[in-house]
Amino acid sequence: MTAAPRITDRASRTSRYISAARTVFWRHMHFVFKRPALLLPAMIFPLFFYMAFAGGLSGLSNVPGFDYYDYNAFQFTFVLLQSAAFGGVFIGFSIGADFDSGITRRLFLAAHDRSAVLAGYGAAALIRALMVWAIVFGIALLTGMEVAGSFADLVGLIWLAIVVNVAAFLFAAGMMTRFRTMQAAPAMQIPMFMILMTAPVYVPRDLIEGWVATATKYNPFTAIVESGRSLMAGDPFHVLLAFAAAFGLGALMVIFARRGLRKAEAALA
Amino acid sequence: MTDSTKLNGNRRDTDGIEVIDLVHVYKKGPKAVDGVSLRVEPGEIYGFLGPNGAGKSTTVHILTTLLPPTGGQAKVAGYDVRTDGRAVRDEIGVALQEAALDPFLTGREHMRLQGGLHGLAPDQIKPRADALLERVGLSDAADRRVGGYSGGMKRRLDLALALIHGPRILFLDEPTTGLDIQSRTALWDEVEGLADDEGVTVFLTTQYLEEADALADRVGIIDQGKLVAEGTPAELKAEIGRPTVEARPAEDVPLERLEAALARFGEPLPCQEGGASVRLDEGAGELAEVVRALDAEGIQFADLQLHAPSLNDVFLAKTGRSLEGAGSEEEQPTGEEPIPEPATA
Amino acid sequence: MEAAALYANSPIRTQARYLAWRSVVRTARQPIMIVPTLVFPLFLLAINASGLSAATEIPGFPTDSYLTFALAFPFIQGSIFATNTAGTNLAEDIQNGFFNRLQLTPMRGSSLLAGQLAGVLMVAIVQAITYLLVGLAAGAHFEAGIWGVPVLFALSFAISAGFGAFGLFVGLRSGSGEAVQGLFPLMFVLLFLSSASLPRDLIQQDWFQTAATINPVSYVIEAVRSLFVTGWDGEALALGFIVAISFFVVSMIAASFAMRGRLERT
Repeated sequence: MTAAPRITDRASRTSRYISAARTVFWRHMHFVFKRPALLLPAMIFPLFFYMAFAGGLSGLSNVPGFDYYDYNAFQFTFVLLQSAAFGGVFIGFSIGADFDSGITRRLFLAAHDRSAVLAGYGAAALIRALMVWAIVFGIALLTGMEVAGSFADLVGLIWLAIVVNVAAFLFAAGMMTRFRTMQAAPAMQIPMFMILMTAPVYVPRDLIEGWVATATKYNPFTAIVESGRSLMAGDPFHVLLAFAAAFGLGALMVIFARRGLRKAEAALA
Repeated sequence: MTDSTKLNGNRRDTDGIEVIDLVHVYKKGPKAVDGVSLRVEPGEIYGFLGPNGAGKSTTVHILTTLLPPTGGQAKVAGYDVRTDGRAVRDEIGVALQEAALDPFLTGREHMRLQGGLHGLAPDQIKPRADALLERVGLSDAADRRVGGYSGGMKRRLDLALALIHGPRILFLDEPTTGLDIQSRTALWDEVEGLADDEGVTVFLTTQYLEEADALADRVGIIDQGKLVAEGTPAELKAEIGRPTVEARPAEDVPLERLEAALARFGEPLPCQEGGASVRLDEGAGELAEVVRALDAEGIQFADLQLHAPSLNDVFLAKTGRSLEGAGSEEEQPTGEEPIPEPATA
Repeated sequence: MEAAALYANSPIRTQARYLAWRSVVRTARQPIMIVPTLVFPLFLLAINASGLSAATEIPGFPTDSYLTFALAFPFIQGSIFATNTAGTNLAEDIQNGFFNRLQLTPMRGSSLLAGQLAGVLMVAIVQAITYLLVGLAAGAHFEAGIWGVPVLFALSFAISAGFGAFGLFVGLRSGSGEAVQGLFPLMFVLLFLSSASLPRDLIQQDWFQTAATINPVSYVIEAVRSLFVTGWDGEALALGFIVAISFFVVSMIAASFAMRGRLERT
């Protein structure tokens, strides 16, 4: 039997990488679309949070010092970025489930570059997030949300959300490649929840008192949320800082995910 | 054996099982039990043998009142399973296919719970539980949580739980599936002791030939919901009577030559791939003739075996299929999905 | 001893006692069932008390301490976890065959329901004590005083029993732990579409105010909150108890019917 040809050609390596990533992406999307129960929570939760916060807490716009132009838009921005973050985490459930079932081992054996497997999951996370954002945005507009920002501002907001989604996904991937079981889901969810909830969720930062006020000062997600809201308001503020924070988190998570991948490869070898 | 371990009183004439034309059809169509009739005498060990999907567990579920029959009649300990379910349950002990234990309770706590639900007073439960746990070899592990028990330990606890309230009739649904040989043998000894020493009637379902052969006083063979044979193991094998020869040709010998040569000595039988098998017309004495004939024709063989009739042969004779591997293919979730092909290459 | 004679010695209360004992022991041996139900609501309370403290500036807000206002929230949220606890335990018993084991005893369905709720109430006791002590330590006021404590606990138990019974109903109908877990988002929706975060009269969005008015969870929250903020508000307490007890009764009836369907034995 002749030896298998070595893949030295860069174009071949690239095409194999894309093929592996696309296979994982397609499989995941096929799997969740056949089981709407898996897809619905990721869609419904952001909608629900938007309705609950924008609807139930709109009275906060009467607090002296609250000067944002529209409470619906104030909450929509947070919900958008929250769904970006949790969208990345939800894919972590799938990665964990695939480790539990053993299919990840098969994927790792099949893929020449194992990071392509993660890339496929990441692509699925992003596509799912885009679908959710479209729905939430549509419902928000229908329920009277005002958009003060320009098209360019909105594109900037979406790009910010994309970077958050990727960073969150890499965090989830890093956790799941280390724990390799869905039982570790709380270990993903809890840090994400804490980061999100210690940002200015309900009111602007200057109206928060107590320990959360201190936490918002050091929470990188604060800059992202505040910048996102400024884009929504058509008054971009610290956008570069926000992107720097998001990319910075993303870069850290790339390292985190790569190290997790190495651990998973070693464990499955 | 001490008095406290002899828990089940004296045998009564009503401690048997009577089944007449039992039928069960599931809602989605399959007729799992199709007109089964049998009788189990008090104090007997009755082996209900069949492949996966034959209807064994469904029959047990009906006889233990967990499932109402669609048709026919069944009486356990003299009570009709359809109308006197409560009375039936008072008389029987059951160890189902899954041990079904609570991983957060200890063995002793299980005994306490089961005994209490059966109406035993606390001062009755403790000595009975201690005696039964010792009897099944779980005294040392009794205060450990069941979640840490091995498969064999769970089965033994299951048996002890089935006996806590002193039933006269015991149902065991594939009790040794998945157990190692040591655990299996220990359980067999225990079951035999219950029947021989205490007169407990045992209805045992199994897919293992050797289990039915070793344990059962009488065997009923079920296939696709129907009882295809019944009798003592010796009677059933004697029905078949004649031994079989199975041979495997040497590498350069075509199988057809071997088959043709053997066919002169008896009825050809289905055989595993690469081999040939016949039931000898004249019995084991023909073996020498077989060897001489093969030698005379220059047919070399890699393997030649003489098999005395087994329950598998009985099954084969009655159904045309071997019991081993005859089970219906049930969908088992493997937890692994095949990776689907992407839409585009 | 003849087996048949034993049956006469197994009345419902004895069976319920054994099953309750099992439920309590199981729950106590699973910290994962208790700790998150304590920690998560308190964490949310800490976030909201700080993050929403500005809400007290809204004209008409009934107290100057958002912590006092929000302390009712963990009591209800903790009760919702009871749905999960009770329903999941029972669904697991059905899935792994332990329910068949119980069916083969003289156990009556009502005993099992009563027994399962014992575990729920055990957790409810621990929750109520924890939330109250932590809230008071963090500076919340309890206007109802010492005599309000048993009323608070009684209300909390009634709410937990109601949610627990609902969980039992879902567990019995579905036989699936996943189905029970799938309820959790729905419960969360009910919790948030209420007057949990702001008083009903300060909710600006008409549709939300209507939803909160229709939502029975608003009344139990307001009843618990009244003990902290107002002291003795007879109307709020009466409504809260009526809703909690009605929910419990309806859920238990539903669970009883579901139990009858699940007990297939002849």
